[in-house]
Amino acid sequence: MSTAGKKAICLYFQVHQPFRLKRYRFFDLGHDHYYYDDFSNESIMRKVAQKCYLPANKIIMELIQKHKEKFKVTFSLSGIVINQFRLYAPEVLESFRQLAQTGMVEFLSETDSHSLASLRNRTQFEQQVQLHREMVKTYLGVETTSFRNTELIYNDTIGSWVADMGFKSILTEGAKHILGWKSPNYLYCNAINPRLKVLLRNFVMSDDIAFRFSNKSWSAWPLTADKYATWISKLAPKSELLNIFLDYETFGEHNWKETGIFDFLQHLPGAILKKTPFKFMTPSEVAETLQPVSAINVPSSISWADEERDITAWLGNELQLAAFEKLYELSDKVSRCNDEQMRIDWEYLQSSDHFYYMATKFFSDGAVHAYFNPYETPYDAFMNYMNVLSDFEIRLNRQSPDTHEQRQILKLDKQILEKDLVIEKLTAEIQKLNEKRTKILGEDLIIPEKGGKTSLKDLAHKLITVSAEEQPPRNASSGTKKEKTKIVKKTTAKKTTAKKATTGKTVKKKSTAVKSRKIKK
Amino acid sequence: MRVLMFGWEFPPHISGGLGTASYGLTKGMAAIDDMEVTFVVPKAWGDEDQDMVRLIGANKVPVTFKKIYYKGIRRPIEKIEVFSKIVPYTDPDDYWKIVSSESLGKRLIIQTNEMGVTDFSGRYDNNLLDEIYKYSVIASVIAEENEFDIIHAHDWLTYPAGIAAMEVSGKPLVIHVHATDFDRSGGNANPDVYRIEKAGMEAAVKIITVSNLTRDIVINKYNIHPDKVETVYNAVEHVDFSGDQEVKKGFDDKVVTFLGRITLQKGPEYFIEAAYKVLKAMNNVRFVMAGTGDMMERMMRRAASLKITDRFHFTGFLKGKDVYTMLALSDVYIMPSVSEPFGISPLEAMQSSVPVIISKQSGVAEILTHAVKTDFWDIDAMADAIYGILNYPALASMFIRNGMEEVIRLKWDNSARHVRDIYERVIWKK
Repeated sequence: MSTAGKKAICLYFQVHQPFRLKRYRFFDLGHDHYYYDDFSNESIMRKVAQKCYLPANKIIMELIQKHKEKFKVTFSLSGIVINQFRLYAPEVLESFRQLAQTGMVEFLSETDSHSLASLRNRTQFEQQVQLHREMVKTYLGVETTSFRNTELIYNDTIGSWVADMGFKSILTEGAKHILGWKSPNYLYCNAINPRLKVLLRNFVMSDDIAFRFSNKSWSAWPLTADKYATWISKLAPKSELLNIFLDYETFGEHNWKETGIFDFLQHLPGAILKKTPFKFMTPSEVAETLQPVSAINVPSSISWADEERDITAWLGNELQLAAFEKLYELSDKVSRCNDEQMRIDWEYLQSSDHFYYMATKFFSDGAVHAYFNPYETPYDAFMNYMNVLSDFEIRLNRQSPDTHEQRQILKLDKQILEKDLVIEKLTAEIQKLNEKRTKILGEDLIIPEKGGKTSLKDLAHKLITVSAEEQPPRNASSGTKKEKTKIVKKTTAKKTTAKKATTGKTVKKKSTAVKSRKIKK
Repeated sequence: MRVLMFGWEFPPHISGGLGTASYGLTKGMAAIDDMEVTFVVPKAWGDEDQDMVRLIGANKVPVTFKKIYYKGIRRPIEKIEVFSKIVPYTDPDDYWKIVSSESLGKRLIIQTNEMGVTDFSGRYDNNLLDEIYKYSVIASVIAEENEFDIIHAHDWLTYPAGIAAMEVSGKPLVIHVHATDFDRSGGNANPDVYRIEKAGMEAAVKIITVSNLTRDIVINKYNIHPDKVETVYNAVEHVDFSGDQEVKKGFDDKVVTFLGRITLQKGPEYFIEAAYKVLKAMNNVRFVMAGTGDMMERMMRRAASLKITDRFHFTGFLKGKDVYTMLALSDVYIMPSVSEPFGISPLEAMQSSVPVIISKQSGVAEILTHAVKTDFWDIDAMADAIYGILNYPALASMFIRNGMEEVIRLKWDNSARHVRDIYERVIWKK
């Protein structure tokens, strides 16, 4: 076969930062609809950008230029991290864009919100992947052809969905319990749909960099690029494909600059190209170039997390399961809702990180979990998340009621609102009328003192004429009203009998005013 | 190994954590093969079975012997009771209350003994410090008459007794700090108490503290060398609830319980404020403050002024079975202590399948994983935790299941073995 001589190494880096939630107490429910801890999100993003993303991107750019067409890398940026870059570190997004333009970098597709939707709901999953594809296109300017699921979660079914969406290959963990005697260093294909190629992570070689690089008690410490290349060349006779999949934060964040991790990165491609028969390829290239050796059966989900390489880091205890259930119970309602902010919140709330914080396995895998965890205990994480989710549900119910009761409440709410408006209008009217009345009465009180012998009859007439003349021009300014009333008073004193006819009218008007006051009460 | 142990209280007369802890520890020790424990308590309550009491020598201090057999334990624990009106409580305020409520005629009078300590013969001062001194003199008599390898004194009231026994016998003294006066007083330690505590700590070859929290206080506030202080965590007596009939709740509301002395140290006011916050958000919950103390009236007034008395209940002091009934009714147990050297009660709650919220300022927080821990002043966090446990069933069931597993692992046997290990190191060093 033509593939016999070809050996590929695939370097893949995952880039993700969650939107951490702020401390959300239950008494904020229904009042406060902002859930994120802006301070820590921004400061962590800024810190990681300075320590990792920017310097590492710079090195990768230099390596691409130095090795011409020979060095290729692969990235996957979650939709959430793209949004964070846009908010807090646009220069990082720009540097990824520049990497994309070199043509030597492949960007993978994943779920937009780094979610666990693949474990729950196919439509949700597909929607999110579609969303992410569009995001990558918009912000990085490239089309995606290969896929990696959140935390490399994979099983046969997920693989077949991904194949149906038209992806060429998928990345996952070379978990011991699914491989058995097989080696991860070959290309495999999905058990349901063999058109989808499956790339398995070599966790020994990957973790040598990710976890052991700065461990001084490790027998191989210090790890140099040359030493690493020698190991790779030793693997060469019995492998066709070496998959090194890492968190991008391995460079500069999990292993500080002082450990020499950047020097390692700088020299690694050169050493590999020089000392080993491996060529750098991206997953889509691998899928086109290499032949799969067999199908790989993965009936239950695997991931790259913890010792177990399964999904128990996110869905391992009843807290996580309860929160997960609650979250996806809402998905129908969310799909009916078209509020922009709510869609964003829905996306961010799905991020797998929230479930990771609730893991109780931290007793055994404590170090890693604690490192990434903003909460003191999993219980704490659960309570906070559930409070946020409860508020989100309240908002959803306000937006799109689903039970009869809620619809009824919403209807009544509307009615109350309408009635409130009516009441407000009427109150304003009453006030106006009252003002007029007091004004008139005030003037009337002065008259008897002045005139000395004004009769009750005269007063009544005055009132009648005033109201009769005042009613039509309601908006007349108070200044002119006063003048008018004064004029009227003078004239009415003489012509008392002429205006009896108008009496009936004003009485009616008075009674309506009284009625509206009753409504107010 | 023979241990002469000085304590304050012994079942059935237990009024606080100290009695529970020293009893549990002693029981754990007695279960070890070659351990022989002689437990000395000051005679405090007149309602003990007087038939069991035996006097030794008319011209001596009236010392009574009593042998108590516990189920499952090979060796009897020898309990020596000293006639004295020393109250089994550590707070001088409580002491005054008890003294003032007793009529003068009932007082026991200690005879002059042949050592010539005539100062207090026939005279009985209402002074706690005198009592302690008297106890120490009697302790030296006991130390003379008994054979033992090591002396173990529980809390400050017994330190002088321990020192006296040490001086008479020349045997090493280990003191056990269940609380310091800094905990009891909220930071302003009584100078007399402090002096006694410090003297005990200095005289002892080894100091056992119930938590690292207390250990730090001993090291920093009493200037004791860290090497001398070791933490032995308390445990909990395992109670089997399977035989008990189920407690029926007469209402549908959830119950949140505070159980303990209503004093400054226990932080009851934070509980009320948190309750108020929760009640603003949900209706189907009741709060219970079980216990008594000098702050009870103030707490009732506070509840009244917050207008939550229809949902906030006071039960007064609960005893024996009532405690378990209360726990069985509870959905959340809360201990917002301002300063708690250890705190056994949350363990009892966990044993009764009740999720617990404890303050970070408690020693028990050091060993518990499956409990909500908040700062005692953080009312928001406390209210949030109460709300969370009551409203998210997964959380409550997780706490109950894991809490039960966790608490089962806390055994007095382990604590006892740890203490024995300390004894051995102390004796072999000598």
